[in-house]
Amino acid sequence: MAKGSVIVRPERCKGCAFCVEFCPPRVLALSPAFNAKGYHVPELADPEKCTGCDLCGMYCPDFAIHGFRFPKPAPTAG
Amino acid sequence: MSASLNPAAPAAFPICENPAEQFLRSDRMPSIWCPGCGIGTTVNCFARALIKTGIDPKKVVIVSGIGCTGRVAGYMHLDSFHTTHGRAIPFATGLKLANPGLTVVVYSGDGDLASIGGNHLIHAARRNIDLKVVCVNNLTYSMTGGQAAATTPRDAITATSPYGAYEPPLNLPHLVAAAGASYVSRWTTYHVVQTMKAMERMLTRRGFSFLEVISPCPTLFQRRNRLGDGLDTMKSYKELGATRHNANLADLDMTMGGEIVIGNFVERDRPDYLEAMQAHLRAQLQEQYVDPYEHAEAESALELGELSCG
Amino acid sequence: MQADPRAVLTGVHFLNGDQACCEGALAAGARFAAGYPITPSTEIVERFSKRIPLVGGVFIQMEDELAASIAIQGAAWAGKKVFTVTSGPGFSLMMEHIGFAAMTETPCVFVNVQRGGPSTGLPTLPAQGDMMQARFGSHGDYPCIALSPDSPQECFRLMIRAMNLAEEFRTPVFLMMDEVVGHMTERVEIPAAESIEVTPRRLTEKAPEDYLPYETETSKIGGSLTPEMAIAGEGYKFHVTGLTHDERGYPSMTPETQHKLIHRLFAKIDTAKDRIIELEEDHTEEAEVVVISYGITMRVAERAIQMARTEGIATGKLRLITVWPLAEERIRELAGRVKAFVVPELNMGQVVLEVERVTGGRTRVIRVPHAGGTVHKPEQILEAIRRGAMTVQGAGA
Repeated sequence: MAKGSVIVRPERCKGCAFCVEFCPPRVLALSPAFNAKGYHVPELADPEKCTGCDLCGMYCPDFAIHGFRFPKPAPTAG
Repeated sequence: MSASLNPAAPAAFPICENPAEQFLRSDRMPSIWCPGCGIGTTVNCFARALIKTGIDPKKVVIVSGIGCTGRVAGYMHLDSFHTTHGRAIPFATGLKLANPGLTVVVYSGDGDLASIGGNHLIHAARRNIDLKVVCVNNLTYSMTGGQAAATTPRDAITATSPYGAYEPPLNLPHLVAAAGASYVSRWTTYHVVQTMKAMERMLTRRGFSFLEVISPCPTLFQRRNRLGDGLDTMKSYKELGATRHNANLADLDMTMGGEIVIGNFVERDRPDYLEAMQAHLRAQLQEQYVDPYEHAEAESALELGELSCG
Repeated sequence: MQADPRAVLTGVHFLNGDQACCEGALAAGARFAAGYPITPSTEIVERFSKRIPLVGGVFIQMEDELAASIAIQGAAWAGKKVFTVTSGPGFSLMMEHIGFAAMTETPCVFVNVQRGGPSTGLPTLPAQGDMMQARFGSHGDYPCIALSPDSPQECFRLMIRAMNLAEEFRTPVFLMMDEVVGHMTERVEIPAAESIEVTPRRLTEKAPEDYLPYETETSKIGGSLTPEMAIAGEGYKFHVTGLTHDERGYPSMTPETQHKLIHRLFAKIDTAKDRIIELEEDHTEEAEVVVISYGITMRVAERAIQMARTEGIATGKLRLITVWPLAEERIRELAGRVKAFVVPELNMGQVVLEVERVTGGRTRVIRVPHAGGTVHKPEQILEAIRRGAMTVQGAGA
């Protein structure tokens, strides 16, 4: 199971692809679809490998994507 | 918000807001910045640095001048001032001296801070006044259409150097360090973690602190010089960026295609302007000195009429 | 509210106009000043730098006049009452920030101790050549309040008034002195602090979530056109910009926003001009000739007026203590009655242009220009009064 995820706000994205290029596990790709302004928006292409490190969030010049980690599952008894 | 959620996610999980969002005027998004511009990346670093310091956002004031980076103040959900061209530093000086309890950040571009505002930059560094100056350097005047700047490297093509620039560019870390800055650092927009850490350091220390962030202007500088788009430039920063903390400051000139020396160059303790002023006046005037900040709250309430005089 | 007694030097003093101006600033509550040395204004901040550490405030000498004129505005937004002082060449450098103060509605006072110009001109000698620069010097349209003292005593009083008007209307206010008034030493009586009225800042009492930085009571009859102010560091998280802005303070690049903002900036002064305009009149009702002037030139004209009266010319005096906004209504009223206005100024003709416009050819307007460097001779003004008295009524200019 993935450790984290990203959230994209497509209406803000300008398609610079910084997030795709500098994603450490390289889990993002630009979607073939366009947003309202005609830019290709990032999507999770390899969701299993997303660590939720938020480096995409730091690189994004348009505050259009950020990553976050899932809470660690509670340890099972035994 | 439209969430592109992870199909590999656990069944239930809390969605975390973008940490930068609390510091943004969301109703003003999207920004005017071009695709691939690095200014927004530096703002992300700044927002995350603010969180890391745990500083009360009420007490953080951001002051910008004019230009693309000059628009940062207007996008930040803080007390924010978009001043005149080149004059963010003296405006910020007035703010800080009137209320030292404020954390005063100056956020502007190279043209604004180093060219038209160059004199103020020098004197604020000389005074060691407690301002945190972030200079996003894209090597050109972007808002006006990509003219040559005081920071434009030799041979770069700009709208006003169509045959290539032949003036030597300013080396900003060298300049501000020579003038007396107590913290000097340079990173690029590729180096987001280092940029954030430098900002965090500036926010938590006292004295004049200066951070230069080299940033792409794909629309004007990169395009005219056939350097590709914003992403290509970011990749070039990865290759050309040479981290040398405490480098010889004279060796920090920016050149076309040459290495970009980055790092934390200066950190030293000097009494800042306010300390010097208060200590000196107190020594000279002794009990006659009325510390303007001692009863700051009561005083300002009296002056400004909050306390009714009946 | 009343002045803070800790800052008021109550008593009778022998001060020059510059020093008296400084005392006026302190009495009015100025606790921050920034300046750059320039003759003949420097004595104001020299005194302030000596006095302010004993009162509780800050003076900073900046690297140039551009810096001084914006540093005060930073301090104003952190809650201080502020001013800067300069003379012609420095005033030219401050123009951009006069516009910024008008646009952002930042309360601040600019003192200009005028000297001969243009350019470096006559650093130690008087002129009144910056009157139109005060009115129109910064780019774009903005309203203007300018006061002109004729004595050290009045430098004290009008500096307080300038500081008070700046707070009331949130606008830059000009104290237009000149070298003679600045350097002339006379008796100055400083009253008790409790008799000095000081205008408090128009601070908002709204909660941050209800506060719009540039909202005014435009739609309310008799409502104020001056917005309430917040100061930095109190959680309002407001935005201030020199760009055309809406009520939220956000840039808005539309003709509609521009129209609304600029019209309001003018209206806030225009609708209050009866309160702002201060005149001194003497025998204007029965006069055939009225001398209109201001500052040091009116003191010279006094002598000419006395001489004219002994010659049997009914001569009145209209002193513009408030030069801008101009006392248009009063000048228009008198224009219908008198044979001539005589307008001496220490410049080649500046305020007289406005007097001519207001008069609209209904009465003769006689200019008495002077390039500056010294004051007029009373005889020059007397000669103009005589010419005015000989005017055939109804013949116009």
